[in-house]
Amino acid sequence: MANAHAHAHAAVHHEPKRYTGLMDWLTTVDHKKIGILYLIAGGFFFLIGGLEAILIRTQLMYPDQKIFVGDTFNQLTTMHGTTMIFFAAMPLLFAFMNAVVPLQIGARDVAFPFVNALGFWLFFAGGVLMNTSWFLGGAPDAGWTAYAPLSSIIDPDGKFHGVDFYVLGLQIAGIGTLIGGINFLVTIINMRAPGMTFMRMPLFTWTVFVTSILITFAFPAITVALIELMFDRLFHGAFFEASRGGNNVLWEHLFWIFGHPEVYILIMPAFGIISEVVSTFSKKRLFGYSSMVFATVLIGFLSFMVWVHHMFTTGIGAVGNSIFAIATMAIAVPTGVKIFNWLFTLWGGNIRFTVANLFATAFIPTFVMGGVTGVMLAVPAADFQYHDTYFVVAHFHYVIVGGLILSVFAGLYYWWPKMFGRMLSEGLGKVHFWLFFIGFHLTFFPQHFLGLMGLPRRYFTYMPGFGLETGNFISTIGAFLQGLGMIVFLINIIVTARKQKDAGNDPWDGFTLEWTIPSPAPEYNFKQTPLVRGLDAFWKEKMAGNKEMTPAEPIGPIHMPSPSILPFVMSLGLFISGYGFIYHHYIVSGAGLVITIISMFLRSLFDDHGWHIEPEELEEHKGGKA
Amino acid sequence: MAQTHGVAALPAEPEKATLEGKNKLLAFWTFLGAECVLFGCLFATFMALRNQVPDGPTAQELFDLKTVGWSTFLLLTSSLTSVFAIMNMHKGKHGATQLWLAVTVLLGLGFLILEIDEFTHYVHEGHKFTSSAFGTSFYTLVGCHGAHVTFGIIWITTLILQGFKKGLTVVTAPKYYVAALYWHFVDLVWVFIFTVVYLMGKVGH
Amino acid sequence: MNRLKKCMRLIPLFAVMAFLLAGCGSDKLSALQPQGPVAREQLFLMKFSLSIMVLVTIVVFAIYVWVIVRYRQRKGQENKIPKQVEGSHVLEIIWTTIPIILLLVLAVPTVYYTFKHSADHRADKNAIHVKVTGHQFWWQFEYPDFNIATAQNLVVPANKTIALELASADVSHAFWVPSLAGKVDANPGPVNVLYFQADKIDMFQGRCAELCGASHALMNFTVQSMAEADFQKWVDKMKSPVTVPADAKPGEALFKENCMACHQVSAQGLGVGPNLNGFASRPYIAGVLDNQDAAKKDDNLHKWIADPQGQKPGTKMPAFGQNFGGNLTDDQINQIVKYLHSLN
Repeated sequence: MANAHAHAHAAVHHEPKRYTGLMDWLTTVDHKKIGILYLIAGGFFFLIGGLEAILIRTQLMYPDQKIFVGDTFNQLTTMHGTTMIFFAAMPLLFAFMNAVVPLQIGARDVAFPFVNALGFWLFFAGGVLMNTSWFLGGAPDAGWTAYAPLSSIIDPDGKFHGVDFYVLGLQIAGIGTLIGGINFLVTIINMRAPGMTFMRMPLFTWTVFVTSILITFAFPAITVALIELMFDRLFHGAFFEASRGGNNVLWEHLFWIFGHPEVYILIMPAFGIISEVVSTFSKKRLFGYSSMVFATVLIGFLSFMVWVHHMFTTGIGAVGNSIFAIATMAIAVPTGVKIFNWLFTLWGGNIRFTVANLFATAFIPTFVMGGVTGVMLAVPAADFQYHDTYFVVAHFHYVIVGGLILSVFAGLYYWWPKMFGRMLSEGLGKVHFWLFFIGFHLTFFPQHFLGLMGLPRRYFTYMPGFGLETGNFISTIGAFLQGLGMIVFLINIIVTARKQKDAGNDPWDGFTLEWTIPSPAPEYNFKQTPLVRGLDAFWKEKMAGNKEMTPAEPIGPIHMPSPSILPFVMSLGLFISGYGFIYHHYIVSGAGLVITIISMFLRSLFDDHGWHIEPEELEEHKGGKA
Repeated sequence: MAQTHGVAALPAEPEKATLEGKNKLLAFWTFLGAECVLFGCLFATFMALRNQVPDGPTAQELFDLKTVGWSTFLLLTSSLTSVFAIMNMHKGKHGATQLWLAVTVLLGLGFLILEIDEFTHYVHEGHKFTSSAFGTSFYTLVGCHGAHVTFGIIWITTLILQGFKKGLTVVTAPKYYVAALYWHFVDLVWVFIFTVVYLMGKVGH
Repeated sequence: MNRLKKCMRLIPLFAVMAFLLAGCGSDKLSALQPQGPVAREQLFLMKFSLSIMVLVTIVVFAIYVWVIVRYRQRKGQENKIPKQVEGSHVLEIIWTTIPIILLLVLAVPTVYYTFKHSADHRADKNAIHVKVTGHQFWWQFEYPDFNIATAQNLVVPANKTIALELASADVSHAFWVPSLAGKVDANPGPVNVLYFQADKIDMFQGRCAELCGASHALMNFTVQSMAEADFQKWVDKMKSPVTVPADAKPGEALFKENCMACHQVSAQGLGVGPNLNGFASRPYIAGVLDNQDAAKKDDNLHKWIADPQGQKPGTKMPAFGQNFGGNLTDDQINQIVKYLHSLN
């Protein structure tokens, strides 16, 4: 730290480059603004994915409907899945990681503010690239899992490029996610405030830490899978083509070596959010903190050992299937530990049912239901029946919507004041909660039975007379209710945005460092780096009768990184290059890559000395702007 | 201001002297972890497909260990010269650092030339990217390594050019250091390629 | 209380849903109504794992309901700070060990049946052997022991082990007859195996369970189980030369001219499209249109030949109806329909 400061002081005191308006958002390297960008972009893609879901359910409301059939329907399911996983769930989590983690560990910024911005713009470029496919001849239609050789078939007319959009979009977004993960890993290891030991980190930070490790080691696998698919599609490679010795099961392995850790990448931060919200609103510190940390790490580790349970029907053989079955069941144990710890955090508490806590407590039984079907799915011989049916669809929506999305809403209602300085309406929030919660169960509970009664997933229609009508109808009504819930939430955001800033530093009587600073957080986060004296640092001070944290340093000038347009330009380069590859105009791809590489050189050649906020400015800066 | 830093002002391990430097090192180690997974998957693919040659020469008929031996010699030597560069950097000898990095780049270029020559040769013998799953996975794995070497050459060259202007400071030292780390990693991958692709291709089935 | 009341209101709703949905479904299609030993054992596994899980769920839900009711903040308690508890080693050990024991109990039948249901019966001399090949979007069935080939309708004797060997001619498919056995993928590379047995004489619904393109949802097939003697008769009939009644002769000529490039009508002919030998006795046209209802079947077949894309998007079969860009008049198609419906 001391050396860093010495260096910072050596930096030139030149006038900071500061932008306003759109340029401010395009050039920002402030993790709080990047968090908001992730939230807006992720929210936007979430609405698109949700709309696709509504269209899917509309087609399936009655048997033999002909609204969206054949490839159109496959495009809807593919885009729904891919959008929701990569362009909605991931960025929404990155929104929280950016908005909260540096504050929770008492840091002024992330380790690499520039890389942080680059990560966002790459994700956004990938998401936009992929979604433009709707207007350019058709969206990808091979499922979000894009199993070869269905995904490696090339349209003989050369008009349909759907899967190319999938391949390029995900590769660009994947680089963004990877560098984002590395950034947070380093941030959490190196940037913690004095006294913030690993075992004093808030649980959300812990889960982000484990998620970042999983991102680092899982994303390269899908990068390789996508590169191989791209080589097969664009350059006539033979990875997945049986006639030239290729093997389609290879894709499945690579995809799921990434894909299974991916679902834990998604659910881990959700666990963290629930831990924060449940403990804050029961006014109790988390029950069994150390076992929660251990369970988080263990789940992260095991998540790399179970990918074959997605492939029980591929023909791996009984030995492989059995080993992976047992490994999968093992994950239930640490997950169960978490559930019981949450319950015993609530036990004996003084529980306030704010909207954030409604979502968090609704998460618990919902996630348990998703978890038990997960154990059922781990039994290979029974999975021969469940696999690729609506039973699986129900299971993973219980885990991802009932687990992840409920906790994202809990997190939004909880941290909204810290991000925007305004409290979301509790009244509208309750309407939102009940519509969404009831709609969710109506949609997905019947799907368990639909699957067992013989309805495979990704079917655009089903025959009447086999008992599948009622379940599908109820499911569609549920989807509409969830849609209504989302509309209420949007109204809530608009209403909230129009009112005065009304959030104090600590509206919920919180435990952790983010509640010690103004809402929204000023751009330098902490005027003085806090000294952390225990787990739940702020709560500890409150219990000792202190109103504020003890500072770990005197007030002094604060070094800030300069804003830069380069992350945006680099992403734009890859975005352009992506279209070049899709349409086989390799000059365009080359030009795009050159833009990116030149930007990298510029970044390397011209050192960023940053700028300083002087002590006298600190007082004026109180509010910050959001 | 960079120029005002005398050699004596540099700490013993200038790459770790600042928080920025420490962050960079940790991030780069993590990135290399991710690269290990990337190459691991490419190796796994190659292992699965290396005997899938419905048409065209097999690995055994194709590979000539003599050329590959020279490639290996060049690349492993370049790893050694990059170590010399970092040793000199730790001693604060900027000129020697630059010189050894330049030697590293030249050796890397030599490797690349041999590799391109080798690939041209293979294509003439009918071992093409599109000819079989073996061909596709071979060129993807070895080519990906070659792309890493190319990127490394461009990167280190840029650093040398920067170095003339910026000198050796706590800002440039981490850059030298991570570039050298990267170069070691690329060499290490080559050791695996030499073993798995070439040696096993020649003798194992 | 508000929240609790609302939760209570949900209970009858779930009860109604469970009543409507649980345990039903069609005995032709539902995995919950097994019609053979493999599906029956798989249903046992489902029930067994579900029972263990329900046990866990009941405990969790009971604690859950208790805590959210009992420990809600009441009026006047806004500033009360509850007793802080760091954790409990005893509890941690309990909720780690009990799940481990439960999972070990579950693991035993899991491994047993996984091995049993993955068994390769291809060498079993008493079994009926069938080579299954998935195509976009239809199923081809070859019986190497009898030298016959058919499509879409897998005919088997009841109470006999049926040993399948599965592969694909294009993309991955999955062969699934829920009421008889779980699914296995049909891959374009190495083959997979599957076995099942039907308890009684009936017609079961099969589905493709791996996304395979535009008409994945329409890649249906049937499994028809019959008495051993009837099965033998069916085999004999499939092998005997096709006899065409006089009024179907013009249709046969048209068929030979327009359809033979893809479709065989012979004991073991294989082609780009399904072998149509014995077509009239199949339950469905192209797996999806009724082929048995006397009132509809001719119209259905006509519709299919005239405009296959309209019935099954993405199918490789070109349209033959003049209105759809083909070269056959309605009369000509009717002739072909008459011919095909004469193939018993």
